[in-house]
Amino acid sequence: MSEFLQQLINALSLGAIYALLALGYTMVYGVLRFINFAHADVFMVGAFTGSYVAKHVPSGTLLGGLAVLFAAMAVCAVLGVLIERLAYRPLRRAPVLNVLITAIGVSLLLEYGVQLTAGANPRSFPAVFPVTRFQLGPLTVSSNQLVVIAVALALVGGLQWIIYRTRLGAAMRAVSLNPRAAQLVGINLNTVIAFTFALGSALAGAGGVLYALNYPSIDPFMGVMPGLKAFVAAILGGIGSLPGAALGALILGTAETFVGGSAYSTYKDAIAFGLLIVIMLFRPAGLLGRFTVEKV
Amino acid sequence: MNALIRLILASSVLGLFSACNRQESPAAGTIKIGNYGAITGKDGTFGDSSTKATRLAFEEINAAGGILGKQIELVVEDTQSKPGEASTVVKKLITRDNVVALIGEMTSSRSLEGAGVAQAFKIPMISPSGTNPAVTATGDQIFRACFIDPFQGAVLATFARDQLKAHRAAILTSISSAYSTGLADVFRVQFPKAGGTIVSDQKFAEGDKDFKAQLTAIKAANPDVIFLPCYYTEAALVAKQARELGITAPLIGGDGWEAPELVQIGGAAIDGCYYSAHYSAESPDPKVQAFVKKYQARFGGRTPDGMAALGYDAANMLADAIRRAGSAEPAKIRDALAATKGFEGVTGRIDMDADRNASKPAAILTIKGGKFTYVQNVSP
Repeated sequence: MSEFLQQLINALSLGAIYALLALGYTMVYGVLRFINFAHADVFMVGAFTGSYVAKHVPSGTLLGGLAVLFAAMAVCAVLGVLIERLAYRPLRRAPVLNVLITAIGVSLLLEYGVQLTAGANPRSFPAVFPVTRFQLGPLTVSSNQLVVIAVALALVGGLQWIIYRTRLGAAMRAVSLNPRAAQLVGINLNTVIAFTFALGSALAGAGGVLYALNYPSIDPFMGVMPGLKAFVAAILGGIGSLPGAALGALILGTAETFVGGSAYSTYKDAIAFGLLIVIMLFRPAGLLGRFTVEKV
Repeated sequence: MNALIRLILASSVLGLFSACNRQESPAAGTIKIGNYGAITGKDGTFGDSSTKATRLAFEEINAAGGILGKQIELVVEDTQSKPGEASTVVKKLITRDNVVALIGEMTSSRSLEGAGVAQAFKIPMISPSGTNPAVTATGDQIFRACFIDPFQGAVLATFARDQLKAHRAAILTSISSAYSTGLADVFRVQFPKAGGTIVSDQKFAEGDKDFKAQLTAIKAANPDVIFLPCYYTEAALVAKQARELGITAPLIGGDGWEAPELVQIGGAAIDGCYYSAHYSAESPDPKVQAFVKKYQARFGGRTPDGMAALGYDAANMLADAIRRAGSAEPAKIRDALAATKGFEGVTGRIDMDADRNASKPAAILTIKGGKFTYVQNVSP
């Protein structure tokens, strides 16, 4: 039983990181109807930014840790807006496939750009938050796991507030519902899209720092696998749906952790992705997604 | 799968080979030797240390007048720690650079890739540190300068049982690495033979960073020692996560642990853990001390690790073979390599056995206060 609860805590902290990434995929899909494959590399840039900033703040303090987190989020938000402005906006009227290929190009550019400047060798990520271990009966929770869960909850809550309680959020929802009609009522499409990228990328940056805190070895390709899993989580939950992305991420994190701790640990990715296929068979739009008929 | 790819590659390469006769090296005054390894990427320090030491060895030989009156020309290629890259660069070294012998790779999986190509072209190859038995089993052209995993696994199993007094051992294997599975297979047999029990047997895949699920299962089995046959990046991450979960049992591993990054990433978590290595820079042997001094003078004061020592020995073993062969023809170099006996390297006295494996001693090291510390030597 205690092993089960321990695995549940592990699953929660893993799922929380996937959720931060999955939200970015699903938000961009909501407004632009395409998968931003460079998102996982923004996550990687977040981790690298964090490791640079960490050299200039006192390590192992709550304040220093938050400074690292916010710096990574700010840099990633700017990066996200830049990517949208330079790579995706010129292709706004092009077929989706062209944008998709461009996204893959941006992804490779970021990966090898960082490899060129930072080197290909994995480097260690400093412990920026204070590290302690809590013993709850037979359960062991590390402060890093708590930080991950707390930050993820706070950010998802903040996101929910922005989208449902602010004018910009309302504009985002309007664009996601019908871009042309949104423009007709006076919504500036470019502002909304840029804002969406900034928001999604900031979450990815936070995810990058949190991931690096838990698995303190970072390299230019660290985003690939978590990115793929978060993408799957977004689809699983129903792409375009924010609660769906969070739910999908938690399910994927849980499936991966429990299979990983069993005798079938080698198959953990196969089972996690197999789950996706099964859910897609029964619910093609994802768990919380609405199935909409494509209007011609 | 890998074997199939290698077969297709080898057969297509052989076709090319018979079509156009390979020319003798155009620069008659030099002997060309290929050196390939992971200089960048996940296992980057292996290749970096090893190729540096190989270069140092040949620089010394060239300064002393070369071999058979000829200078050695070393061509170095990077495999970037990527699967598939080794066979590409080996093919390039053989067909484009016309090397007469190869030194590489540092890991078993990529040595296996390169070995397939080298064997097809009949170019002798020395893997400095590929410890999986399958590497030299590829064919009669493939040699190694290190001990093999069955020996290393047996040494670690006995050490865990006799010195650490462990009764219950857990194993955490990287399932996609030939090195890791090979060591785990030996430990799984040897530890119970020495009187212990394996209480948990967990696996992960290369590139994983989250081991908490497997470690939680291991913790529930309550082992005295955890056997972790993998490379340094994973070893450091596992150690960190194990301590976070409150596991206090020592971790033990093989030569794949040896890199400064183990301590940089692992920090205090890796303290008090043990691994088997090819040599220790602290050894009082004058040969070792001379090598350490030369390496430090040449490469900015960095202390050579086991990979460097093996890269150095592989280079000198090859030079010794060319000298004894009296010719730089691949076939003659191969025969001379196979006849190596009593070669005095910095990693100990090396004899080539019938299976082209080096028979030599192993050292046990521990990590104390972020430093690698010599514990004891174990002879075959």
